[in-house]
Amino acid sequence: MFPALVDGITVGALYALLALGPSLVYGLLRVLDIANAAALVLGAYIGVTLFQHGLPWWLGALAGMAGSVILGLLLQRFLYRPLLDQGPLVVLVASIGVFIAMEEAFRLIWKPYPRQFPVTVPLPHGTIAGTPVTGVQVLMLILGVVVLLGSWWVLGHTRLGFTWRATAQDRETARAMGVNVNRVVAGIFAAGYALAALAGVLFAIRYNTVTPDMGDVPAYKMLAIIVLGGLGNPMGTILAAFVIGLAESIVNTYWGFILPRDTIAFLVLIAILLIRPAGLLPKGLTRA
Amino acid sequence: MSYLLVVATTVVIYAVLSVGLNIAVGYAGQPHLAQGAFLGIGAYMVAVFSTRYELSFWVSMLIAIAVTAASGLLLGVISLRLRDDFLAIVTIGVNFVVVAIFQYVPWFGGATGVYAIPLPSIGGQQFGNGEFLILGLVMLAIAVAVSGYLARSWLGLGLASLRDDELASASSGTPVAPFKITAFVVSAAIAGMAGALYAPFLSAVTPTSFGFTESIVMLAMVMFGGVGTIRGAILGAVVLGALPEIFRFVSDYRLLIFGGILVLVLRFQPQGIIGTDSAAAGWWSRFRRPGHSADDDGSGGGAGPYGAVGAAGGSLPGPVDAPGAGSAGE
Repeated sequence: MFPALVDGITVGALYALLALGPSLVYGLLRVLDIANAAALVLGAYIGVTLFQHGLPWWLGALAGMAGSVILGLLLQRFLYRPLLDQGPLVVLVASIGVFIAMEEAFRLIWKPYPRQFPVTVPLPHGTIAGTPVTGVQVLMLILGVVVLLGSWWVLGHTRLGFTWRATAQDRETARAMGVNVNRVVAGIFAAGYALAALAGVLFAIRYNTVTPDMGDVPAYKMLAIIVLGGLGNPMGTILAAFVIGLAESIVNTYWGFILPRDTIAFLVLIAILLIRPAGLLPKGLTRA
Repeated sequence: MSYLLVVATTVVIYAVLSVGLNIAVGYAGQPHLAQGAFLGIGAYMVAVFSTRYELSFWVSMLIAIAVTAASGLLLGVISLRLRDDFLAIVTIGVNFVVVAIFQYVPWFGGATGVYAIPLPSIGGQQFGNGEFLILGLVMLAIAVAVSGYLARSWLGLGLASLRDDELASASSGTPVAPFKITAFVVSAAIAGMAGALYAPFLSAVTPTSFGFTESIVMLAMVMFGGVGTIRGAILGAVVLGALPEIFRFVSDYRLLIFGGILVLVLRFQPQGIIGTDSAAAGWWSRFRRPGHSADDDGSGGGAGPYGAVGAAGGSLPGPVDAPGAGSAGE
């Protein structure tokens, strides 16, 4: 049981990092942003490139996050904002287009073969109840908890959180009350893309590989998680990330399911949506 | 010459798929990102039944159409319960589930797929490249005729009204549930028909050739040309389908260019290149009737939640279907 739990919780933490940004964006704009997963790949590639040039991995991670923030800011300014009036499906399809094009660009820039990212995170590690827990897994766990508590605190107790909730509830009224909506949107995009890049670096270290298509499965799983958590409900999203991570690990370990791990998330998603069409936690901080 | 025929047949198959997809996406306004999965179901049915059970191509094709139509029925029933983004995500998930079933269920041949699919024959004569193209064009004519008929029928009117405002449409008596389901079923059946031709045309099917990427390619074709119009779906299939073949260097960057074109079209010409309310349609109508703007063209569409609409309004004479019928006959 224990190995599956450790694996599920650490992977769930990565899903939470990745899915939090698009969930907050959905709360604000009612659009789904798949291109967020491109930041995961971009962050991992910038990180691994700098690491191969001799820089410490955490510096590479920071640079990857910075690069992804720039990507997020450019996308929201020049693509999503002008498209908002076209309706949610147009934005979703455009973001899929961006994601596909960026993946191809990564393939051309960094070549299709996988790169290794051999990093040992100097954190306490060892065996718990006979299960080896590596430093990077400890880091993933710590970051998962930090993001969970951090977003709860930021959304509930800071000015950014208040403006996010106000804007999510009613963009026009928030604007009339003096909230700089464009700046809130830009801030949320920047934060979401930075977290995705961080998730990418951790993913790369955890599995010791960086490939151009490493964002594929996380991208669509991210959608499943956002929906499961109740669209636009950040706390629900984080909860759903851990639920999906655990469900995959446990089902995989114990039943050796006929379908691969990545399909389980979608089957669970479709089943849950048909029973609860508004997600697991439809009402949270804001009404979706 | 035979290479040209192969390219032309590929393009025609994509056109059939886009015209079919346009019924669910354009007419009914439903987010549908699983047309690639339905293509796969159709192709796999023909592959399995014509190799393992040695049924003739034509019988296998009927089975393929029936099975995809049934799958479309299932998706249609799901669509009644879910809206917009939720439905979009479920249709994305359908791709992954269907591909996984192809990959892991032995009946479908597992990861290697099904190969050595026999060529169809008609009157004792086996299909060559020319026959594939002709059958493809016949299928395209059928798809255009069906969707043109749908657009002008009560069903098309009902779909147009529920696309623009489902609540208002339902309260004025549109039977929303059966209409929506019909749109998904017809859309899927056309994909199944195209898939039936695709399998012997490729002579082998593998699970990974029918996934989310293919679905996106088809949606890109519909959106490139103009959502809600037959001419747009065909133009999108012709341009995006032929591009990687005409410019060989393009095929290395195929997805980069597809993604890029999709983003640029949506960003700067969201109604598609020749869709209703697009710049090109405006010029065309001014050219034909000087003094009238495109908005007076009687399409009654306007931008619904999923971009430009029209064509399904039914009141529009000639121009909606004429280019489509023209290229079908070529």
